Amino acid sequence: MIEIRNLTKVYHAGEQDILALDDVSMAVEKGEIFGIIGLSGAGKSTLVRCVNMLEKPTRGSIIVDGQEITALDEKDLRTARQKIGMIFQHFNLLSSRTVFDNIMFPLEIAGVPVDQARKRVQSLLEVVGLTDKAEVYPSQLSGGQKQRVGIARALANEPSLLLSDEATSALDPQTTRSILRLLKEINRNMNITILLITHDMGVIKEICDRVAVIDNAKLVEIGDVMDVFSSPQTPTSRSFVGAIFNREIPEELLHRSKANNGQDIARLVRVSFIGASAGEPIISSMVRQYDIQANILYGNIDRVKDTPFGNLALELIGSPAMIDSGLAYLNDRGLEIEVLRDE
Amino acid sequence: MNEVLGIALPAWALSFWQANSWLAEALAVATWETIYMVLISTLGSYIFGLPIGIILVATEPGHILENKKVNQILGSIVNVTRSIPFIIFLILLIPFTRWVVGTYIGTIASIVPLTLAAIPFVARLVESSLKEIQWGLIEAALSMGANAWQVICKVLVPEALPSICLGVAITAINLVGYSAMAGIVGGGGLGTLAYYQGYQRYNSLVMWSTVVVLIILVQGMQMLGDILSARVAKKRR
Repeated sequence: MIEIRNLTKVYHAGEQDILALDDVSMAVEKGEIFGIIGLSGAGKSTLVRCVNMLEKPTRGSIIVDGQEITALDEKDLRTARQKIGMIFQHFNLLSSRTVFDNIMFPLEIAGVPVDQARKRVQSLLEVVGLTDKAEVYPSQLSGGQKQRVGIARALANEPSLLLSDEATSALDPQTTRSILRLLKEINRNMNITILLITHDMGVIKEICDRVAVIDNAKLVEIGDVMDVFSSPQTPTSRSFVGAIFNREIPEELLHRSKANNGQDIARLVRVSFIGASAGEPIISSMVRQYDIQANILYGNIDRVKDTPFGNLALELIGSPAMIDSGLAYLNDRGLEIEVLRDE
Repeated sequence: MNEVLGIALPAWALSFWQANSWLAEALAVATWETIYMVLISTLGSYIFGLPIGIILVATEPGHILENKKVNQILGSIVNVTRSIPFIIFLILLIPFTRWVVGTYIGTIASIVPLTLAAIPFVARLVESSLKEIQWGLIEAALSMGANAWQVICKVLVPEALPSICLGVAITAINLVGYSAMAGIVGGGGLGTLAYYQGYQRYNSLVMWSTVVVLIILVQGMQMLGDILSARVAKKRR
């Protein structure tokens, strides 16, 4: 759907050159929800704006739906943009127009006949659940309602791609969830590819299939959301994942003096489990099968998109050989093991 | 006959009225001339000033019609004309006014320098109104595939309309002041009345009457502008 090759963007600010994107290459598949996460100033906003050429790349090329968007002239670019919807953090609705006319706006630009356009607006109002607000001005709407108008407007010309620039960052958590649910529905029902940028790992967790992590103008990690969540490869990704899943074991637990009797040892491990295995009693069968005591120090379970995902800090007490085979048992069942302390 | 316009007056007021009744008539004519000059030149200055203001904004670096040359040239023309004091501008324009209207004296002739002097002023006012619009709105329109003309007509002007309306009131009020200056060189209106009948003939009654009428006129225009702007903005609230 989108292919980005060696994208580089340099801003000239006076004498200084600021590198916003440094040789970024990636691809977004048709029909997926792809998230780009990064801190503010990391370059993600520039990246998403390059996809519809609101920002002109310094180097590199972008292909959207088979069309090299970076090579189009002004006129063809305007036509191409009609098929790429975009929603914004601050909604960017026209205060001079009612909700109905705001959604009508892109259809006017595209030159759609009025009768047809009005019907289209009506059906979009239904999709976003704002039929009763058609004649209201944006200033009378709540943030969530404004973003719904923004979404309806972005969908007006039946795009194949929707770009989302921090669309939920100005909303409260509850509204964020409902907007994300709407985006997910749109992705499924209308088969629209979504490329979104955010600084909130919660958004990625909620709806994305794949994620790219951008740090300091560079693409540092890209992969399935589940993989990035279960084993983040870079410090940036780890801190993003840590922001919503507490992976840190409290200090006092790590250094706790443990009751030792003879040849037994205590090994502190972190067990991560994903998907189906999260529903099975694996830990208790390990404890039963091997002569190990398991002391649960800390744990959490959450959901990434629709898959359960969890994290458990265990203190295993027993003979070293037993612990080794116990951990091997867990490993065989697809759990990921990380040894935090061994004594 | 000791009543005026159906109102009975005491003797002293009646004699005052009889001595100065010409003034009421002169004031009415002069006020009408001033209103007429101001309205036409406000209209004229917007016909030219509005597009110039739009071009000044749109040709800025990074804007929809970025063009450094046009922006700089237009910007300096506006600055140069704005820096000439109106009374001098008026005199400099005499040959041009005579060429356009056939004379440089009278109400119609005054409209030419008034309009020309107000154009750069209007351009700057419009420019600052348009600059209040968040870039995000323009960006949104561009992301939908809007061309520059569509951005101007569907985003810039409608979104800035409440502010532009206030600018119209400011321009008209400024032109009331300018028209009084034009009056001194024979432009007609309240300026001519105040200068020739009031100042040169030491008639303080005439002087103060025109001042009062001007105050009312300016107040009225400001109110009209406020109401207009509020009405446009209110619809959106």
